[in-house]
Amino acid sequence: MRLDVIQSARSDMEQACAAIGRLVQVMEVCGTHTVALFRHGIRSMLPANLKLLSGPGCPVCVTDQGYIDTVIDLARRPDCLIATYGDMIRVPGRNTSLERLTLPNVRVVLSSDDAVALARKHPDKTVVFIAVGFETTTPATAVAIRQAQELGLKNFTVLCGHKRVLPAMHALLSGRNDKIDAFLCPGHVSVILGSRAYESVVDNFNRPCVVAGFEAEQILMGLAKICRQIADNRPAVDSVYSLAVRPEGNPVAVGIIDQVFETCDGPWRGLGCIPDGALRMREQYTDFDAQKRFGIEQFPTEEPGGCECGKVLCGLVEPSQCGLFGKKCTPDHPVGPCMVSTEGACAAWYKYQR
Amino acid sequence: MCLAIPARIVEITGDRAVADAMGNRWAIRTTLTPEVKLGDIVLVHAGYAITKVEEEEARQTWELFAQIAEMEAEQNQAKGAEQ
Ligand code: SF4
Repeated sequence: MRLDVIQSARSDMEQACAAIGRLVQVMEVCGTHTVALFRHGIRSMLPANLKLLSGPGCPVCVTDQGYIDTVIDLARRPDCLIATYGDMIRVPGRNTSLERLTLPNVRVVLSSDDAVALARKHPDKTVVFIAVGFETTTPATAVAIRQAQELGLKNFTVLCGHKRVLPAMHALLSGRNDKIDAFLCPGHVSVILGSRAYESVVDNFNRPCVVAGFEAEQILMGLAKICRQIADNRPAVDSVYSLAVRPEGNPVAVGIIDQVFETCDGPWRGLGCIPDGALRMREQYTDFDAQKRFGIEQFPTEEPGGCECGKVLCGLVEPSQCGLFGKKCTPDHPVGPCMVSTEGACAAWYKYQR
Repeated sequence: MCLAIPARIVEITGDRAVADAMGNRWAIRTTLTPEVKLGDIVLVHAGYAITKVEEEEARQTWELFAQIAEMEAEQNQAKGAEQ
């Protein structure tokens, strides 16, 4: 840690927040930031009137229950082989999770590539790749679908649960929580989208958007920039993560997403249906769409009783304000998705702030 | 889940490569970063390089990971001592 950088960021923040003179609420959109904030003890370094809100930035947390239930239904079919990232197996569906089912046909993969390899290895089964994640993760799925098409694989399918971060930020500000003063923007989503992508938030809502990486210096420098912008009433897009994030992002990755997927409205857990907030496969790739292949209709299902994930994800309540937090709901026995992934807001609070 | 890890490309043929982060090596693909060469450092997410990064960025992150690993080892030790 570079103490001089941290010191100067802290004093910048103090000065700006004193000038603002009211409560300032900054949402860290990304779950990795939520964890980093705790790890570095940053919450204790903030001016008294600066509050951080954890946002809907953990893909596992915002995957709606209808999707999880569909995964579980597919996992029960003997003709399917489920390939999923590890985070997803613990998410509770209506009455069980993949992990609790302990079915032989569920495989944890580290990449979409492994899922394609599974399909080649098991021609007698239909592989269903559980594709969740934001723009950071989507390109890998797109490459896998293209690859399956090139290989002429008939037994590789994708259950698309990919989501788009920007429409969710717009949705938050257009009603779900208009008390958010600014966004600390996700580092690795921005690697793909580019920092310029947030111009729409600044243009439409006059809120500062600053991209930061995950080191303490960067987070504090990012927050200091945000506070200064608010104090000067000059909201803008800025980035303190120029070592990895370019203004234009990664055009190759964006191009591949675009080639395979198209934008659609989609359900986010806790936030409801978000216009343009999800992706579906384009017409020429529908052969690989698990939902079409198995004739599945997905219905949004109700949240588990008592779970406040929806409000947590919008930054309206803190995890500890949920009645189940730490009692009925713990990382070992999660009730809601925010307690599942290590990057979920409830899981992070449970680990660091009890 | 969106975390990407910096790693150095130590082997590369076409878009298939081997990446190394702090001595851990694994197979990755460079389909999304066609410009990368042997010896470059990339951020790897879910088996794919998503961007080239500077040495400086990688070093900071590796140090951070080492610190976290150390901290967690200490915590586990402390837990072990409690029990
Ligand atoms: S503590 Fe558990 S039940 Fe409460 S909001 Fe978080 S995940 Fe949902």
